[in-house]
Amino acid sequence: MAAILEVEDLHVAYGATRVLHGLGFTVEARGITTILGANGAGKTTTLRAVSGIVRPVGTVRFDGRRIDGRPSEDIARLGIAHVPEGRGTFVGFTVEENLRLGAYVRRDRAAVGQDLDRVYAHFPVLGERRRQAAGTLSGGEQQMLALARALMLRPRLLLLDEPSLGLAPLVVQEIFRIVRTINERDGVSVLLVEQNAALALGLADHAYLLETGRVVLAGPADEIRRNDAVRRAYLGY
Amino acid sequence: MAIDTFLQQVVSGLATGGIYASLALALVMIYQATEIVNFAQGEMAMFSTYVAWSMLNAGVPYWAAFLGTLVLAFLGGFLIERVIVRPVEGKPVLTLVIVCIGLLVILNSLAGWIYSYVIQPFPSPFPRAPIRVGTVVFGPHDLGVIVVTLAMLGLLYAFFRYTTLGLAMRAAAQNPGSSRLCGIRVGRMLGLGWGLAALVGAVAGLLVAPVIFLEPNMMGGILIYAFAAATLGGITSPFGAVVGGFLVGVIENLAGTYIPFIGTELKLTVALLIIVVVLLVRPTGLFGHAVVRRV
Repeated sequence: MAAILEVEDLHVAYGATRVLHGLGFTVEARGITTILGANGAGKTTTLRAVSGIVRPVGTVRFDGRRIDGRPSEDIARLGIAHVPEGRGTFVGFTVEENLRLGAYVRRDRAAVGQDLDRVYAHFPVLGERRRQAAGTLSGGEQQMLALARALMLRPRLLLLDEPSLGLAPLVVQEIFRIVRTINERDGVSVLLVEQNAALALGLADHAYLLETGRVVLAGPADEIRRNDAVRRAYLGY
Repeated sequence: MAIDTFLQQVVSGLATGGIYASLALALVMIYQATEIVNFAQGEMAMFSTYVAWSMLNAGVPYWAAFLGTLVLAFLGGFLIERVIVRPVEGKPVLTLVIVCIGLLVILNSLAGWIYSYVIQPFPSPFPRAPIRVGTVVFGPHDLGVIVVTLAMLGLLYAFFRYTTLGLAMRAAAQNPGSSRLCGIRVGRMLGLGWGLAALVGAVAGLLVAPVIFLEPNMMGGILIYAFAAATLGGITSPFGAVVGGFLVGVIENLAGTYIPFIGTELKLTVALLIIVVVLLVRPTGLFGHAVVRRV
């Protein structure tokens, strides 16, 4: 299978603090790759470097094209949708306005309308609250909105940052089920960053383990799950 | 009798209020998008009015000059954001204030240099004959100003509420980070915001010039009223700025008419008093909200 995202020798520093030290990984086309690691390992920074929120040193190729150093609005236009940590919804705007903003770069108006219906089918609760301000939604509903907004871009690659953070287990299951559906049905590739390793390994086909800005372990998700060190440190059994 | 005077004063207050409302709205649009209080807003409006004056002198019909000026004001505002504001984006507040004051001085001197400081009359597009309703007499220019400002405010509302571009401009102002992730070109949106604010200010300049005459310092007092309007309505609320504008216009006019020692000389003091009282009693204004920041 071809890789949709190839990252080589990625370095990021916030001022004098170096966060990533020569990271490398790939996301297979139509695959789900997860990056695991403790707090401060550099997971969020990795996603931010891919989507252009921070400027990395190194190579990031999307579909064979260099995208490192390009502004994030251009990267979004290429078809990479980033659901950031803390969701980044437009709180003062209605649910439907948030979704329309997600489809802002698209010119196929009729298809946007269809996608809106599809999103409401995936997330019925968003349909019920389409005229409500996003800031008034519950945490789980906001996470769904953030995911739905990203899908409105019709992305080819979805970057998910800690979608389970602060949510009830049932809501988390629901969100992961939808991610799987989107991946299987629409062929959207996914790069998932998670602290909940068990959950992430259950969804992903490939996994990378990050420690202080370096990849310390990589492989198919099944193998990583059976690794003793991972089991003890991240899965807790 | 009393009720005629009262009605006349209210209508003429609404007319000047419409001008304050437009300029206050321009201030709020820029403040919301870039957190800059644009002290040069008045001078931008003044300069636009001179541009219209040049066109009128060249024989361009009034409404063609009006529209032409709006287009040029829009381009000018867009350019000012690109060339002057963008390099200092995100810099400390004092830097931004100095840049805006610098812009104010430059535009003021430039107008004086090109057009001289001689006070010039500026035409009104509306008929001269007063309109009588019963015993009440309305100035046609006042009514025209009210109609034009309300029409413009309505169009702006529709633009920001119902168009995708308007939605994206609001999004870019509220949450630039997430807007970029949606592919919205935030820098361009801020430029459009400055252009639109300059356009709205130009309308205010064109409508007020027949009343206060054209000269490079014409907008100084008007800008203070606009600040009073934005403060009263809430600097974070476009709707508040508009309501504040009309309120300040009416309050100022009624105070000048009915409180003997104020007259026309102390009217500007009323505006300053409104600013001070609002900041002391309700700093967020009538419709604004406190900005919460994580540090």
